[in-house]
Amino acid sequence: MNRSANVLIALCGVVALTLLPLVAPAYYVGLMIPVYGYAIALLGFNLLFGYTGLLSFGHGMFLGIGAYGAAIMSSKLGVRSFELTLVAVMAASTLIALPIGALCVRYIGIFFGMLTLAFGMLFHSFLFKFYYLTGGDSGMRVARMTILGLDFARYNKIEFLAGPFYYYCLGLLVITGLVMWRIVHSPFGLHLRALRDNPLKAEYLGAHVHRFRLAAFVISSALGAAGGAVLGFRVGLADPELVYWTQSGQLVFMAVLGGFSNFFGPIIGALTFTLLQDQLQSLTEYWRFVLGAILALIVIGFPEGIAGLAGELARRRTRSAT
Amino acid sequence: MSVLLETRKVGKSFGSIWVLEDFTMAVGEGEFVSVVGPNGAGKTTLVNLLTGLLEPSAGEVLFMGETITGVGPVELTDRGLARAFQLIQIFPRLTVKETIAAAVISRQRKRWRLFSRLTGDDAVDARVKEVAEIFGLTTRLEHIGGTLSQGEKKLLDVASTFALDPQVILLDEPTSGVSTGEKHGIMKTLIAAAKREGVKGIVLVEHDMDLVAAYSSRIIALSEGRMLADLPPDRFFADPHLIETVIGKRRGH
Repeated sequence: MNRSANVLIALCGVVALTLLPLVAPAYYVGLMIPVYGYAIALLGFNLLFGYTGLLSFGHGMFLGIGAYGAAIMSSKLGVRSFELTLVAVMAASTLIALPIGALCVRYIGIFFGMLTLAFGMLFHSFLFKFYYLTGGDSGMRVARMTILGLDFARYNKIEFLAGPFYYYCLGLLVITGLVMWRIVHSPFGLHLRALRDNPLKAEYLGAHVHRFRLAAFVISSALGAAGGAVLGFRVGLADPELVYWTQSGQLVFMAVLGGFSNFFGPIIGALTFTLLQDQLQSLTEYWRFVLGAILALIVIGFPEGIAGLAGELARRRTRSAT
Repeated sequence: MSVLLETRKVGKSFGSIWVLEDFTMAVGEGEFVSVVGPNGAGKTTLVNLLTGLLEPSAGEVLFMGETITGVGPVELTDRGLARAFQLIQIFPRLTVKETIAAAVISRQRKRWRLFSRLTGDDAVDARVKEVAEIFGLTTRLEHIGGTLSQGEKKLLDVASTFALDPQVILLDEPTSGVSTGEKHGIMKTLIAAAKREGVKGIVLVEHDMDLVAAYSSRIIALSEGRMLADLPPDRFFADPHLIETVIGKRRGH
């Protein structure tokens, strides 16, 4: 797909999402906050998965760092600014990801996956067991913070989430999207894709295999924390479930569902998964079964996910038109 | 003539087995040195030592007068020593343009640029086009590496190595996996590219004695981990015993 087509798709998406609160019921507008939170995290996750070829099964840990970081900042330290919180959780996540990543990126494939899974489980246990620090299974409260210095005191929580915070998160997603677009299309991004395809050759063409993998890991962890802070802020709670390995699996599910070989795939995945889960949960208590069946179908029938399928349909249409 | 790449009494053992012993060689400016020998003579080990993939158990390997022990492929690339592999090494999902650009980025020291745009970088573009033209890949620039023919993949592999602007290039059986008809074509392209790009020295590891005879300025023969001969081609091919050792054993395989 060429660049102008991508720009057009992105613009249409942003316009549609900007108009959404005017037409959609407040419930669905509120449901978009986790979509944005996940999409921000997944843009980072996919730098590691789609572009560097490393599949992490422990990425929920960084979402947890974001949510718990937001809880500590807002409830324990009394920080009122959400921007300051975002910067702090991203910095904390970077510091934690550096040593973990330095160890994990020495391995690829299943070994990388298992190591990240192990670190994720370790972090979950820590949150679960250290009750005095983390609140154990009841989690930690994330207090309401200001955005861009404004506290929107006359809005109740629901109005705040469906109004100002909705646009705030959309803005965050757009900024993250632009930054990530730059990164994947930079010289650094090209070296990431090269070492994904063939690390030996990439190294002999001058790509620092370990250092570049680590850089991708750290960037993805920082965005994971940013997404986690959004998720925690929305619920008002940092919950150890956010770090449980099923949550990390859910991120993988979203990336595969949307299509990890497409830049927009993770965003589409976050949107589809959240809406699907919401609808299925209201229809049946066996919603996990249906989601599982859909995942199996996608992997077998459309390995490039929804974005890949859409791209294929668009190509067929242009071909038949010419 | 200044020495570019040399080994000084290099040895390599795996456990108690010495696959290369007391091996001293040098590649000077303007030389095309071929390394020949039967299978198991230690050629691959030598290449791996010369490119820093293996560390010598004895002696040392020097590039431009400095040791390369523990330096690693990226630093070696930056110093000007490049390697093309025996088996075709490309990036299956990258285009021809991107593959060459990956090397150009390293050469132009742009690898840590996270936020600059690659499309529209004229310096990278110009160099990619130049290299593609030398190797006849201009019409293939937008093609995905994995979809090329075997011969084109080999050319791309070598082209990306040349795009590093190396001082010395190490070719490990560059024509393996390529049809006999294409072999000389690839070698001629290679040598023309080396001259044009100012490559100062070439080391060729090769089985095919036709190629060795046609292009070498010096031939080093290896047998059972030791140097058998280090001679110019006319004297090398004048020694029937030597040729029999190098080729004869190959027939036994």
